[in-house]
Amino acid sequence: MSEDTALDDVEVEEAPEDEIVVLAQKWKKKRGSLIMALHELQGRLGYVPRESAMKLGREMGIPLANIYEVLTFYNYFKLESPGKYIISVCTGTACHIKGSPKLLHGIENELGIKEGESTPDGEYHLQGVRCLGCCGLAPLASVNGKVYGKQDVTDAHGLLENVKRDEPMHVAAESNDAE
Amino acid sequence: MKPEELEVKAAAELAKQQAMDVRLVCCSSTGCQSSGAADIVARIKADITERGLAGKVQVGGTGCMGLCSKGPLVRMTCKGHEDVLFSEMTPDLASRLVEEVVAPVANGEEIHDPVGPLGAHVVDLHAAFFAMQERVVLSNNGHADPEKLADYLVHGGYQGLRKALTMSAEEICQEVLASGLRGRGGAGYPTGLKWDFAHRMQSDVKYVICNGDEGDPGAFMDRSVLEGDPHAVLEGMMIAARAMNATNGVFYIRAEYPLAVDRIEKAIRQARQAGLVGRNILNSGWSFDFDVRLGAGAFVCGEETALIASVEGKLGTPRPRPPFPSVKGLWDKPSCVNNVETLANVPRILLNGAEWFAAKGTEKSKGTKVFALTGKIAHNGLVEVPMGITIREIVETIGGGTGTDRKVKGVQTGGPSGGMIPESQFDTPISYEHLQQLGSMMGSGGLIVIDDHDSVVELARFYLDFCVDESCGKCAPCRIGGTQMLHLLDKIVAGDGTEEDIANIRMIAQAMQKGSLCALGQTAPTPVLSALKHFPSEFTERLKQPAAAEA
Ligand SMILES: Cc1cc2nc3c(=O)[nH]c(=O)nc-3n(C[C@H](O)[C@H](O)[C@H](O)COP(=O)(O)O)c2cc1C
Ligand code: SF4
Ligand code: FES
Ligand code: FES
Repeated sequence: MSEDTALDDVEVEEAPEDEIVVLAQKWKKKRGSLIMALHELQGRLGYVPRESAMKLGREMGIPLANIYEVLTFYNYFKLESPGKYIISVCTGTACHIKGSPKLLHGIENELGIKEGESTPDGEYHLQGVRCLGCCGLAPLASVNGKVYGKQDVTDAHGLLENVKRDEPMHVAAESNDAE
Repeated sequence: MKPEELEVKAAAELAKQQAMDVRLVCCSSTGCQSSGAADIVARIKADITERGLAGKVQVGGTGCMGLCSKGPLVRMTCKGHEDVLFSEMTPDLASRLVEEVVAPVANGEEIHDPVGPLGAHVVDLHAAFFAMQERVVLSNNGHADPEKLADYLVHGGYQGLRKALTMSAEEICQEVLASGLRGRGGAGYPTGLKWDFAHRMQSDVKYVICNGDEGDPGAFMDRSVLEGDPHAVLEGMMIAARAMNATNGVFYIRAEYPLAVDRIEKAIRQARQAGLVGRNILNSGWSFDFDVRLGAGAFVCGEETALIASVEGKLGTPRPRPPFPSVKGLWDKPSCVNNVETLANVPRILLNGAEWFAAKGTEKSKGTKVFALTGKIAHNGLVEVPMGITIREIVETIGGGTGTDRKVKGVQTGGPSGGMIPESQFDTPISYEHLQQLGSMMGSGGLIVIDDHDSVVELARFYLDFCVDESCGKCAPCRIGGTQMLHLLDKIVAGDGTEEDIANIRMIAQAMQKGSLCALGQTAPTPVLSALKHFPSEFTERLKQPAAAEA
């Protein structure tokens, strides 16, 4: 893949250089922490841009080939900007039994894209995921981490309407303040 | 902190709780969080503050109470009344509860009906769903706040560790061995034996690793324990460390479980601050600390040697055993990988004694098991039952059957490595041995119910597709065999299969079972084989030409 083709019409976001330096310094001290550094990078940018991966490699003293080996082995890492709303339809067993393939197809039809693709305007990215661990609420989808449980699998349109209404922001773990 | 201070802190917190007129705890695990639990807690807190009742009413979070599909759940402890559990709460309902029940009680008024206006939302705590369960691992869920160390102490927290600090490593191994505890991660190996092997290894550095990868799709037991009782897992790991003289602990948790990661990190911080983790733990002179590592979406990383490679920052591919991790594990040092639920059992065993634990369950399968009950079942959720209970009791009595007019066809246990069990075998007791005899396995605790409209052929195909997708590709029997078998199953699902295809599936299955490097490949044929064993006609009916003669 050439450097930019995949990112042509998506704004290239990049962590400021010193941010990557700080991140690399932090993890360099710990053995075997490349995966953790990549998690942190993706947590900030939503994906791992090639430029940032190169910089991280230089700072941590890890060859780019090794970094890409790890990035491509582990499904969790994204190499391209996934768009504004990442729609993850759970395809785990509990959701499957409750008809999640139908929901996935419905969303594919609504958005005019296939699983694994993004809409041309960069608004939506659709992916099937294994199990979100909320199987009690099957069938479900999550958008930028917000879970939409107990879905009507025949009503993909309704789900997308709810997403538009909620405009879920991409957030990491919710955390309560009480220590 | 000195050991005695544990009691002092626990007593102080207990006194505080008992001084309250009302205690409201809302499930703060992922299921209920996604149904809006945070809004409910915020509303109750605001209402309580507005009425100036903060000193009389305690509001907090708690771990998964099991009825996730009916969330968000709120449990109310009201002075002078039995506990009440409310389901499908909303902020407005919570406000009404405060207005009509909580506030009057806190203001000293007599009330006769603590359920008030929420009758339709009350869940009967005496119903079979709860009455038939036995909670060891989940005992704090519904009671303690996972984000508060003091709450854990109230429920006997860190007393198991305290006891372990007075015992020798051999004594701890012996105690856990005598309890009969076996690994809850799937294989069911006796935990005490595993620790003893690691203990015998001479090394200045040893690791104890918590396997929180929970890759089985449709299962969320470990997630609920990590989120609902993180300190219990920490304590279990420290006791394991004492049993094998380990120097460091590592948590390996799925990245898809951000709340679990958050809770564990918070628990470590709290315990370190209290002198329960770090240097000179409980004044014993012993030091121990934790590291947290995240998985990154690879099912095979739940296999212990792949997990270790992943912790080292490498590709998560399994390697041949021996050498076992207890000899050569993380960074080539002796290591023990234990499942979350296994570890959460340990503090309770130390605290209550091996005999207490061994009194539960069957001859060879002791204690309890947590199951994620999903699929076509009325009471979808998380249950903890004593080993030896029958599948029928779980599915029909606790789970309430399908909840529709359809009939239960069977269950799948053990996820992609397990098998299907037909309804006719439901009187079998749950134990490692019995499930294996039925051609399935205990696995980590997923229990998926299918009804008479579900096709076992398609379900078998679903699981195989999962395994093929997740195969790391390192060895040929799994990589090639899996793909070939999937192709044959596809043919059968499409209605183009023949008897010969079924024979070939059996042949490939044997090759995979014998030749695969790790259990992923070895067990990938299990769902298909068990479906063939228990539901042969579902396959033959789908073949191209109806079989001339029934076998
Ligand atoms: C493909 C594969 C996936 C596994 N996934 C998990 C898992 O998610 N959690 C787990 O505890 N054990 C898993 N195991 C089992 C582990 O290898 C290991 O046996 C277990 O963590 C040991 O802990 P225990 O003795 O407490 O059960 C998996 C095994 C295989 C082959
Ligand atoms: S059996 Fe499959 S998953 Fe296991 S090592 Fe071989 S190819 Fe990888
Ligand atoms: S199977 Fe969908 S959340 Fe677990
Ligand atoms: S997540 Fe709240 S009851 Fe299970």
